[in-house]
Amino acid sequence: MSSRSQILLPVRTSTIIGSFVLALFLNFLPWRDMRLVPDFVALVITFWCVRQPRLVGLGVAWMVGLLTDAGNGVLLGQHALAYSVLAFLSVWLSRRILWFGPMLQSLHIALILLAAEAAVLVVRLAAGDAFPGWPLFVRPLLGALLWPAVTWLLLLPQRRQASEQTI
Amino acid sequence: MDHTPPPFFKRGPAPLVRLFFFASLSLALLIFDARFRYVDGLRSWLALAAYPLQRAATWPIDLAMGVGGYFSTQASLVEENRMLRERALANAQDAQRFQAAQAEANELRRSIGAAEQLPVPASTAEVLYLGRDPYAHKLLINRGSVQGVKAGSPVVDDVGVIGQVTRVHPLVSEVNLLTNPDQAVPVQVVRNGLRAVAFGARGLPGMLELRYVGANAEIQNGDRLVTSGIDGTYPAGLAVATVVKVETDAEQAFARVLCRPTAGVDRGRYVLVLTNEANMPPRPDESEKKERRAEKRRGKGKDKAADEQ
Repeated sequence: MSSRSQILLPVRTSTIIGSFVLALFLNFLPWRDMRLVPDFVALVITFWCVRQPRLVGLGVAWMVGLLTDAGNGVLLGQHALAYSVLAFLSVWLSRRILWFGPMLQSLHIALILLAAEAAVLVVRLAAGDAFPGWPLFVRPLLGALLWPAVTWLLLLPQRRQASEQTI
Repeated sequence: MDHTPPPFFKRGPAPLVRLFFFASLSLALLIFDARFRYVDGLRSWLALAAYPLQRAATWPIDLAMGVGGYFSTQASLVEENRMLRERALANAQDAQRFQAAQAEANELRRSIGAAEQLPVPASTAEVLYLGRDPYAHKLLINRGSVQGVKAGSPVVDDVGVIGQVTRVHPLVSEVNLLTNPDQAVPVQVVRNGLRAVAFGARGLPGMLELRYVGANAEIQNGDRLVTSGIDGTYPAGLAVATVVKVETDAEQAFARVLCRPTAGVDRGRYVLVLTNEANMPPRPDESEKKERRAEKRRGKGKDKAADEQ
């Protein structure tokens, strides 16, 4: 695994904030059917909770969830709850996940994202909404498929240049 | 001597405790929002914070449309111009007839002593995007409380009703589309004046259904439905939908009537927000309820007085 074979630079706060802004921007794009677009914010939260559980945890996830709720005009707190569950599972499993290769990591991420989606589903069903159909669960699976790409992209700023690696 | 770990091992509360804390905070917010609507102030502030990103996210689409428009050929513009002129001519005829008919209707209304129907003021708004909630059909428009939009105003496009403003933020508003299963519009069949209530069809996205229509009601395919205006929210006579399927089942008391919305509920870029300021008298059941409550209180007072004696 490339990320373990080389020593990474310490992460900058600006990278984390920038990734969250980019993810929110991607989520706010006018997509046609949201059920078939991965939740980029959830992916970024999972990534930082797995990689930097000391810096990004439940508090950050909860705040970002509130922002998502207000921006999307849904019940205030549904994404906050879902992202808290997501962050908890990610922080809890972070040591375990990093042992595996990209494919097996994706499997873990799929389960975590499914749990978050299920949290939203339970909240909305309790609030009296109808079940929007099984395509709902395509979203977390697509997100899990994107995991290797997200890992590669978000670790870019922490990688050393090839010239720096030789002493 | 106590054996607490040195301070540099302290990591704050355990993750499970944190999860419990944030989950209860979210649940409290959810309950306050869904049941009591106490947190609308907080929501407005958060929405304001998210607005720059939302606005920025519509920018790629604007750019694509701008580039597309730049390269649209002169021929297509000429063609469009010709079509628009034809339509304007046809509309002008209708408009003249409408004015005459309205004058006549006003005359008649005055003669029978009914309130004169006032023209409904409207303001244009641009659709920012469709709502991103798969559980509800919504769209966001670029007018908010700063521009004077009020919650409850009906929203229409050039052919018919789209929905109703349900939540107003400072700079944007949320419009609940007709196709929501919980969104009700009182309608009337143009052909015979039959009144009904249209809801979003359950399980059929993009369609409407009439609920509580008797199995023997006189309704058929192709019937046009317009707003009846009896709820005081939608002005009367706006096109809503066309009936496409009527199913009657001998075992059911109600017919199943499916309709297709007239307006482009999921198309179009510009909409009109109507300002509904109809002076409706208070609903009789409410005033009755109040009276009954007052009576009850009086009754209780009497009981107390009797007890005391």
